[in-house]
Amino acid sequence: MSLQVDPLNIIICGVGGQGNILLSRMVGRILIQKGYLVDIGETFGAAQRGGSVFSSLRVSRRKNHGPLIPEGKGQVILSLEPLEALRMISVFGNPEVLTVYNTQPVYPVGVLSRRFSYPDLDQLGAAIRNLSRACWAVNATQLAMELDSPIVANIIMLGALTACGAIPVTMDEVKVEMGNTFPASKMGLNLRALDSGYHAIR
Amino acid sequence: MSIFDQKPQSTIEFVMGNQAIARGALEAGVQFATGYPGTPSSEIIENLAEAAQRLKIHAEWSTNEKVAAEGAAAAAFAGLRSLVAMKNAGLSVALDFLTHLSYTGLGDRGGAMLAVVCDDPNAHSSGDETDSRWLAQFASTPLVEASSIQEARDITKWAFDLSEEFKCFVLLRGYTRLCHASSTIRMDELPPFDRKAKSDSSISINPYLGMPHHAAVLEKLEKIRDRFESSAFNFYEGPENPELLIVCGGSGRPCAQEALETLDIQHRVGILKVGTLWPLPRRFVRKHLLQTRSLLFAEEVDPFLEHQVKEMLADDPIAGLLIYGKGSGHIPAYGEITPDRVLTALSGLLKMEYEPRGATYRKMLSDLSPELILSRGLTWCPGCPHRASFWAIGRAIKADGRDGYITGDIGCYTLDVFPEGKGQMNLLHAMGSGTGLAAGFGQLKPFGYTQPVVNICGDSTFFHAAIPALVNAVYNQSDMVLVLLDNAATAMTGFQSHPGTGFNAVGKPAQRIDAEKLCTSMGCKVAVSDPFDIRGTVKTIRGILQEEGVRVLILRRNCEIVRMKRQRTRPFAIRIEEQKCKGEECAICSSEFRCPALYQDDKSGKTRIKKDICCGCGVCAEICPFKAIVREEMGS
Repeated sequence: MSLQVDPLNIIICGVGGQGNILLSRMVGRILIQKGYLVDIGETFGAAQRGGSVFSSLRVSRRKNHGPLIPEGKGQVILSLEPLEALRMISVFGNPEVLTVYNTQPVYPVGVLSRRFSYPDLDQLGAAIRNLSRACWAVNATQLAMELDSPIVANIIMLGALTACGAIPVTMDEVKVEMGNTFPASKMGLNLRALDSGYHAIR
Repeated sequence: MSIFDQKPQSTIEFVMGNQAIARGALEAGVQFATGYPGTPSSEIIENLAEAAQRLKIHAEWSTNEKVAAEGAAAAAFAGLRSLVAMKNAGLSVALDFLTHLSYTGLGDRGGAMLAVVCDDPNAHSSGDETDSRWLAQFASTPLVEASSIQEARDITKWAFDLSEEFKCFVLLRGYTRLCHASSTIRMDELPPFDRKAKSDSSISINPYLGMPHHAAVLEKLEKIRDRFESSAFNFYEGPENPELLIVCGGSGRPCAQEALETLDIQHRVGILKVGTLWPLPRRFVRKHLLQTRSLLFAEEVDPFLEHQVKEMLADDPIAGLLIYGKGSGHIPAYGEITPDRVLTALSGLLKMEYEPRGATYRKMLSDLSPELILSRGLTWCPGCPHRASFWAIGRAIKADGRDGYITGDIGCYTLDVFPEGKGQMNLLHAMGSGTGLAAGFGQLKPFGYTQPVVNICGDSTFFHAAIPALVNAVYNQSDMVLVLLDNAATAMTGFQSHPGTGFNAVGKPAQRIDAEKLCTSMGCKVAVSDPFDIRGTVKTIRGILQEEGVRVLILRRNCEIVRMKRQRTRPFAIRIEEQKCKGEECAICSSEFRCPALYQDDKSGKTRIKKDICCGCGVCAEICPFKAIVREEMGS
């Protein structure tokens, strides 16, 4: 399958500890399996300690790309947290960007300590919507709690990403990759999470 | 499947840059690998240590970069192929040895040695963004750099052959956007790893009689320059006579490619990519310089390549050639190279309009309220012993009333100086420097210095570089307190083992160096406390502050992440007794102690626990002045 825009630039972002890196690797491997050339950029280290984290995926039919996406050249933003979605839009957004995000905030420690206020969620949602060609808002944290497992919010978002059609992958392809990533004992829960995210949109 | 399996020729794998370097080293037959953790280099040794569990090779976390380099050199002297890995700051530690090593060479046993030094342009996870490339020149040793993950594997493999042929160690420079990026690479089979270590006691290898050695090294470097002239890692891409030539190494090439493609000017502008950076292959570079009228240097961090080329042009000028880069201000003088930086420089030089996302969209972005994109400060994890340690140290110093002065050090506890930390460290420099600085302050009494001096140092840092400073403090009768935060891990870089943990890099049990006994044997007064016993720890620190001489307090509690990985338990169930909680009126737990698992609930006006991240450590029960936080033991 050729890409409408090549390279397809995908940003997967969130807060350290939300499973952002695993998610970007899974998406990367699915696309590689489909014959795309994929390059991923990440910054590890201090950013893991409660900070903002993001991975950049460059997907191409033609050639490998460097890990850095130029300003304003993101096509898809998948965010595990609303504030981080807007942060990435402010750097990589453009009138064509597609945004899929988890609506549940993770408060920065500065908010918990009352030195700052978390932005108003309605304003945040409106800004994300206005700055995206299309956006899909999913409360993945809530859906994960319903599955009694807050850690599967990232897989729920993977289901949502697959459902919205922003990247060229199917549920079957995602399930094959999940089979390679998770032990059999964890597959049931993760498949439920994936479906839950998929149906939140479809 | 692992990247260290034997694979049929030309297998394709998806790997990280540091894994590509590790794989290249294995394909070259590396048998001895050493290093000290440091972002962005750590995964090289981590991966080789994983390989050491199934292949006949040695991999270790060394105490510091200097002994790591010495260990790797010993293996090369004995005829093996060795690798030492470190971050940019570590090269400064290893440099004393390495400058001598380049004078002597690696001897005649057919060994080879690669020093991989990973820079962190932009200082994403570092105290500085120093550019290691200058130090290859300083240490008189050849320098190579990769521009892609495939090339990282290829150039690593090739650098071993170069080292063996010229009997000198080779410096391979990594950088964040290579080490921590991932891509698919082609890899070949692994060799048998069957070289035997040999010794030759008939000769003395030493750098004394330095001048003739230096002359021989310079002669060797000219031969290496000659070899670099035909290296496949140097190449040109672009039209025959480009209007502008971008000259770059490492990360500059993908950034330049991106910029040319974005502006659609590949037919106008060429890219000269140099992978063998020093000694500069002058004939190769000059040949391409003659095809153009202007140059743009795209590199990070310093104008290293730019200086090499300018030096060459000073010796042999090219009339009318215009040079742009960091010297001209077209590329900023600091920070990493990005596609955007090259785009800005190119659109300016070629007088092209470049607007990545349209003026309307840009206006919408600039109209966003700045409060909407709140920054997200770094903080210690829930359950981290450092939060409690800093809390206790702060309380004790305040109660002491003499304005104690704190020198800090490098590790997770460095987060103290970040906006969400406790802001207690007055000085912070290099690994182990806090101890040396404290030792110095502690000797200033005769000059009227009156503040008590406290150094906060982590366990891995203590073994790395603080011990000589502590010896100095004792020997020269300083007056200081070393607070050793012993969390049993090199936590900041990924929980690697160190001499105090009782494990080695490959996960096998190792002799644990007991810091308590070590300090006692040096003549320090030593106390040990659990930082989660906050009252006890405050009392102990207050007592220690009143004493004289060199005192050591070990605050011992495992890194919570390490504990959780091993035990997978929550020690306590935590709950808030609402009738006792003063909520916003007090808020000591959330506003001052700042555990990210505690917050003030707007509706009830009371403290609440974020159950999804609370690890049940229970230390908050110690700091609540109203005993409103209750902990109950889990388990039974």
